[in-house]
Amino acid sequence: MKNSGTFGLSQDAVERLLNFASPVILLLIWELCARFGVIDVRFFPAPSKIFTQLIVMVENGQLWKHFWASMQRLFWGFLFGGVPALALGVAMGLSRPLRMLVEPIVSATYPVPKSAILPLVLLIFGLGESSKIVMVGIGIFFPIVINAMAGVLEIQKIYFDVAQNFGASRWQVFRTVALPGAMPLILTGVKLGIGMGLVLISIAEMVGAKSGLGFMMWNAWEILSVETMYVGLIVIAVLGIVFSQIVTEIERLIVPWRNAR
Amino acid sequence: MSDVKIRLRDLSKVFQTRAGAFTALEPMTLDIPTGCFFMIVGPSGCGKTTLLRILAGLETPTSGTLEITKPAAGRPSNSMVFQGDSLFPWMTVFENAAYGLRMRHRPEGEIKDVVGHYLQRTGLSRFHNSYPHQLSGGMRQRVSIARAFANDPDILLMDEPFSALDEQNKILLQEELLRIWEETRKTVMFITHSVDEAVTLGDRIMIMTAHPGRAKQIVDVPFERPRRVLELRAKPEYGELVYSIWGDLRDEVQRARALDEENAA
Repeated sequence: MKNSGTFGLSQDAVERLLNFASPVILLLIWELCARFGVIDVRFFPAPSKIFTQLIVMVENGQLWKHFWASMQRLFWGFLFGGVPALALGVAMGLSRPLRMLVEPIVSATYPVPKSAILPLVLLIFGLGESSKIVMVGIGIFFPIVINAMAGVLEIQKIYFDVAQNFGASRWQVFRTVALPGAMPLILTGVKLGIGMGLVLISIAEMVGAKSGLGFMMWNAWEILSVETMYVGLIVIAVLGIVFSQIVTEIERLIVPWRNAR
Repeated sequence: MSDVKIRLRDLSKVFQTRAGAFTALEPMTLDIPTGCFFMIVGPSGCGKTTLLRILAGLETPTSGTLEITKPAAGRPSNSMVFQGDSLFPWMTVFENAAYGLRMRHRPEGEIKDVVGHYLQRTGLSRFHNSYPHQLSGGMRQRVSIARAFANDPDILLMDEPFSALDEQNKILLQEELLRIWEETRKTVMFITHSVDEAVTLGDRIMIMTAHPGRAKQIVDVPFERPRRVLELRAKPEYGELVYSIWGDLRDEVQRARALDEENAA
């Protein structure tokens, strides 16, 4: 039995209630401030207005159209950036010569702000879908390649000895030792990469697209529809939370041994 | 036990370190008969692990030759039980024990039978879906033994497999190892720093010198098989043999200590 706290509720229940209550209270204060003119509704429209706009955009299909456009770009970006990053990172962890060869390039290009290369990417790949996919791909590439390499390097040498003694081929070492051994760090990289991907898709669509959540928000600024901007922000925030939750679930499924470390 | 399984001729190992050449193993000549339970005892740093790693194919000798009689087609030459934790944390007990067979692409049905047999023999059937972190140290070492036996190698290489265990667990696992070994009587090369363990398990014991590693003496163990660990230890002949081997080993341990102190100074 937990300690009894306020109003005879258990400590746990109080904490959960506070967790749930704080955003609700914030929204309530926001709503009241907006209605009574305490804050400038040109910048901070009432939550009820934003919600109404959300419903309107769901009903007229606008939100779905932009959401779907962004999702497709994110998907292909994650795929084209993430899979090579995974293979390259693990291979770099396994092979010292490859690491010596590639690591300086990765270290030199990693600190470049990804948003700063958008003009170059637009120049090379044009205004079509590929430039957006490339931006997302670049965003997810670095955290995964770096984490996969670090993950393999962290694996204790004895596991490679076991694999060698039991006759594992190079591919089997990759599949049974390097990949699962590095998986906890790889998934951390995936989480970081998804965050980066969401940042970059927003920026890329603001500048070089006619669809997507980023474009939707930029366009809202141009036509001064502040509520639409907020709708975009909310959708992107929810996307971030959902993606991160999905990775956490995947982690629970494929790294059940993680709590042992 | 007549034909020779492992033949070493002037086998040596020198490591190149920043401080210069380090002789881990002086040229060693040695024959190990098929089916022999061969024990190697020596002070720490006498190159016994290096010798085993050369046999396992994890190190290459600097000079000399190593001949191992080829196993029947499709069977592996050797499998090693490593010192300390060597189970893959990301695999279940079953997957760990099945590792060698899986790497050799054996049919799943056979894997199930063989691994099931050895998990049962090591008392781990109930834990086949557990992960290593859910097991005690003794259970993990049993999985490691099951993994080596299930792979059905010609030679078993064991590198102080019980050194991290408490005395009770050690005796139980020694009994278990002897029981399983009796089924197949494979050639075993077993490293230990415990004279008791060497006399309990082995047919033949090689005592190694402190750095650089060299064979000092080889002793035959006369006790008949199958053996029961505690009964064996109650015999006066057992105590005598342990005592005499200790006499040989004590000088080496003291030399190793003196060397350590020299290096530390």
